[in-house]
Amino acid sequence: MIEARALCKRFGPVAAVREVSLTAADGRITGLLGPNGAGKSTTLRLLYTVLRPDAGEALIDGSSVRSAPLEAARRLGVLPSGAGIYPNLTARENILYFAHLQGVPRGEARARTVELVRMLEMEECADRRARGFSQGERVKTALARALVHRPRNLILDEPTNGLDVPAVRSLRRLLKALRDAGHCVLFSSHVMQEVSALCDEVVVIGAGTVLAAGTPGEIAARTGAEGLEDAFVRLIGAAP
Amino acid sequence: MSMLRALLIVFAKEFRENLRERRTLVTALILGPLLGPVLFAALINLQIHRGAAAADRPLALAVAHGERAPHLLAYLAQSGVAVTAVGLDRDAARHAVALHREPRVLWVPEEFGRLLAQGTPAPLELYTDAADVGSAADSERLRAILAQYSATLAHLRILARGIDPLVLNPVAVQDVDVSTPAARSVLLLGALSYLMLLTMLMGGVYLAIDATAGERERGTLEALLTLPVPRAALLLGKMLATCAYMVISLTLTVVAFAVLLRFVGLERFGMSINFGAAVGLRVILYCLPLAPLGAALMTIVAAFTRTYREAQSWLGLVIVLPTLPLVFAGSLGLRPSLPLMSVPSLGQHFLITSLLRAEPLPPPYVALSVGATLAVAALLTLIAARLYRREALLG
Repeated sequence: MIEARALCKRFGPVAAVREVSLTAADGRITGLLGPNGAGKSTTLRLLYTVLRPDAGEALIDGSSVRSAPLEAARRLGVLPSGAGIYPNLTARENILYFAHLQGVPRGEARARTVELVRMLEMEECADRRARGFSQGERVKTALARALVHRPRNLILDEPTNGLDVPAVRSLRRLLKALRDAGHCVLFSSHVMQEVSALCDEVVVIGAGTVLAAGTPGEIAARTGAEGLEDAFVRLIGAAP
Repeated sequence: MSMLRALLIVFAKEFRENLRERRTLVTALILGPLLGPVLFAALINLQIHRGAAAADRPLALAVAHGERAPHLLAYLAQSGVAVTAVGLDRDAARHAVALHREPRVLWVPEEFGRLLAQGTPAPLELYTDAADVGSAADSERLRAILAQYSATLAHLRILARGIDPLVLNPVAVQDVDVSTPAARSVLLLGALSYLMLLTMLMGGVYLAIDATAGERERGTLEALLTLPVPRAALLLGKMLATCAYMVISLTLTVVAFAVLLRFVGLERFGMSINFGAAVGLRVILYCLPLAPLGAALMTIVAAFTRTYREAQSWLGLVIVLPTLPLVFAGSLGLRPSLPLMSVPSLGQHFLITSLLRAEPLPPPYVALSVGATLAVAALLTLIAARLYRREALLG
């Protein structure tokens, strides 16, 4: 469970995030939807403890990102935007490195990596150096790296960027399976279809503030729009 | 997870990953440690051989109008000068030397014989090129021979006037060189400690920049920072890997120097260099404290620059900065003293040179150099840790 309460973050004169509150519950897929530059990435970075909030609070399974950032980080699996991996390591070594730093015992880390390689259908690239990986292979490696310690909560920043259709579909299947297993999944996207196809809950964000939150149906009903896409356009158009 | 365990995991990964990076390997394991000593030995060898050859080689001299000074020509031939007669006028003689067709030309004016017979100064014109390093030493030898000829004539004239020629030598200077063979070779090999420290720093520079600026650029740093690992553990693990490559680089350099200096042939010049296994090991130990200092400095640069390229452009400064005190010491001719031992790299320089000189410095000197360098390294590491805690680390 991920909870944000009135998070604020400024970069110099720019207020990137202004009093953002949201809840991503266990067993739900929550989508953070907003145009480019709306503050999605900054919000997620505050949640996964890479940035410190100027004001407000965020809790990961009850652990504060402000007062207990390491405890909060332990409960998270994170796929940052870009999905950078080490080019001189193989996919498997990339995954194992993070498993070890997460404190997963060696034997268990190896077994879990084998399991993830099978689950993400990456047998072909698992033992190749990551230099020259396709975007799909990179995202799979980064995703396996985020899941290797079996985190209860998963944060993904624009995970489908640069993926082809089959890869997007298998990612969707995976996220749904994680949800059904009771995980809390929070991801950001600026692609409408992505969010409506996948999300149980949507948080629409624009100019650093939350414009609406709820199920796709609720949001559409509240804005008097036909569907989520219309609702999104109206919300963004009305944002200051 | 304990801080130490995380640190070791980061260290192991950085060490292994850079073992697969050709650029790191080439600078750390090949270029610095091997090229440096080989170039160095080749240079010294060349210098020695040139010096040795010059003393043995007959001195070549082109003489124009030698028929005007037959006695001088006989004297030159007797002194081992290989005279060739050339038919050049003044301008042609100047040109021949300027264009390096002749190393030097002695031009005898028409009035030489007449003035010599009168006992007034008889002119000789010697054309040389002082800028030509290859012929300068021989020209100097020729001048000495000509001066000797002049002195001989003077002695004869004084004698003919019934005066003891010894009045021409009111002072007799004896030149006594007290330097020991080992000390002389240290003078010659003064740049050796500089090369060692430089190659040591070079061994770690790519890893240091890659582990911070490179990770940021590839987007792996952000993923790393999401982990429940204190940033200090990440920083220290990366610094430790940087230090490891520096020490490997230094060890290879020391071994290469130890082997190569055996073939240089310094003994023929009465110089010996004291460089066995025990000395090599102590050289490495003395240099060790400089490794964390260099690693911290490089990490600072990599952490505050915005891109890998920007970090790379600072690279030259990062490598040279720690060795600057040494360069100043060299040009100022500084001698070891307690305050100077506390200057990083200068202290190491004194320790290495005194060791090679077989005149080891007392323990307080060693302790001060090690302690002061480690203190500066700790300070720089604290600064690097502060930079690692900044949000701007992610760029």
